[in-house]
Amino acid sequence: LKIIACIKQVPDSEAKVRAEGGKVSWGDAPLVINPFDEYAVEGALQQKEATGGTVTALCIGPESAKEALKHALAMGVDDAILVSDPALSNIDSVGAARILAAAIQKIGGVEMVVFGRQTLDNGSGLTPTQTARVLGWPMLGLAGQIKVNAAAGSVQVERVIEEGRQIVKAKLPAVVSVVQSIGEPRYPSFMGIRKASKAEIPVWSLSDVGASAPAPLVTRTELMNPPSRESRVEIITGESPAEIAEKLADKILAEKVL
Amino acid sequence: MKTFVYIDHFKGEAQPASWEALGLAKSFGAATALIFGSGVDEVVKSAFEYGADEVLLAEDAALLDYRAETYASTLSALASSLNPDLILFPTTTRTREFAAMAAVDLNSNVITDATAVEVSGDASSSLSILVTRPIYEAKLFEKVTASGKPQLITLRGRAFPKPEQQEGKTGTVTKVDAKTEALTSVEGYSVAEVGVSLNDAGIIVSGGRGVSNNPSLQPPAGLDDKQAEIWKAQQGFKLVGELASVLGGAVGASRAAVDAGYIPYSNQVGQTGKVVAPDLYIAAGISGAIQHLAGIRSAKMVVAINKDADAPIFKVARYGVVGDLFVIVPALTEAFKKKLGK
Repeated sequence: LKIIACIKQVPDSEAKVRAEGGKVSWGDAPLVINPFDEYAVEGALQQKEATGGTVTALCIGPESAKEALKHALAMGVDDAILVSDPALSNIDSVGAARILAAAIQKIGGVEMVVFGRQTLDNGSGLTPTQTARVLGWPMLGLAGQIKVNAAAGSVQVERVIEEGRQIVKAKLPAVVSVVQSIGEPRYPSFMGIRKASKAEIPVWSLSDVGASAPAPLVTRTELMNPPSRESRVEIITGESPAEIAEKLADKILAEKVL
Repeated sequence: MKTFVYIDHFKGEAQPASWEALGLAKSFGAATALIFGSGVDEVVKSAFEYGADEVLLAEDAALLDYRAETYASTLSALASSLNPDLILFPTTTRTREFAAMAAVDLNSNVITDATAVEVSGDASSSLSILVTRPIYEAKLFEKVTASGKPQLITLRGRAFPKPEQQEGKTGTVTKVDAKTEALTSVEGYSVAEVGVSLNDAGIIVSGGRGVSNNPSLQPPAGLDDKQAEIWKAQQGFKLVGELASVLGGAVGASRAAVDAGYIPYSNQVGQTGKVVAPDLYIAAGISGAIQHLAGIRSAKMVVAINKDADAPIFKVARYGVVGDLFVIVPALTEAFKKKLGK
């Protein structure tokens, strides 16, 4: 199976992200592979192990995003490609989907594309589905489990939805997005880290993938820090747990939030 | 302005956040509800009662099971022919998906998780729609505007008021074409016992790492250290669950509790989990990591129970108890049982 795992680089989730001068600042927190995309890499590697084949990690981002691709290489993917172009600094999800689709077509012969469910930065979770729509491939979203039948050229997933699980099947090639129940992402191995550190990651420009710069359809007009919560905590005390509970229950009932 | 509202449902049971979307649409003028599926009479009836002025119904056996591509094609065909300015959706796993696909067809894009929508001007002159939404796991908010038409906006659950239900209100249902060409087939369902979902919950009681630290518990013999820890945590979450149950709320958990294997990640609040917006959030044994605090920022009132008086969770709490959750939580359950007559 020829598999692509699409990843993105984002500020670490422990970062104190702030709006400063209309821009997003994460201080000196590191940039890392989007945590949901580690599950995508894990899901892709599981399928490679089950059916044979290769996994290529694909990323749109600046030169620094090579570090996220190196993490995927250290986890065990076979190779990595960075699509990088100054014209891509301000794309939205539809733009990203068009560029990823063009890169996937250029790679050629791809049978499955795996995404994480969303990214930590924008968090809209639209790109996987939009990539499938641009490619004209079936979308199997929010998979908690993937089963490929290579002989039949089909894939079946268990989608994790609000109401439980929906079992959906499609012909390959297909786009899949995964959720955490796919399994904990493996740690990079020592050999993997060595391989990743030596890897020469090819960088494709817009003209390499044969696409033009997509105009963003959504524009940000303002960036805001959330209103700070005043700290006005009232600590409830009492002689016994029952008394504390009694007082606390009365306070909560008086706030009319029940 | 011509506003459509997609009413999301699972097998004929409407997602309550759909009514919030209908309420918002009505604040801009008339609202047309879009309903796709098969056997959705109850959904149609409720849509009128929650304020829809008309219903456009795509009814077809092929739409009985939600599939992204059939729903997306039905929506984009409808939008192309009827030319609405705005289509609102509740944010669910389904709408996030098929609205995204329809946007590609319509050369527009979707703005997800809206917490505020400001409309100025009108369709004939210069309609401008500004949407506020959380980014970076609600550590920041942005205001965005979309250039395409129609604008597609999914609303964060519980961010907009639910309109009053007007029993018996009806209106005109117009049948529209269903697009049934599909690339996927639905093989079945396993419907979990999910209880109250965190997204819709008005009340959430959450446990953190602290739920495993009950010194008075003796785990059954034969468990190794990790198994014993998880067993103790499960006893702790039982207490959390009993309080949630008396209050009619959902059970949440901190990332630390999920990472430690105490409870499935579907219960996780904050970080790579969920951003929630309950009226009441009770945090038991949760210290309050930065992502957790971001995840509960939209909670109207936070109550913290923690034995560490310096825990950051107290900084966002309205009421706090510095004490042992294993004693306080069951006492609180008893107090509410009595006061709520349960």
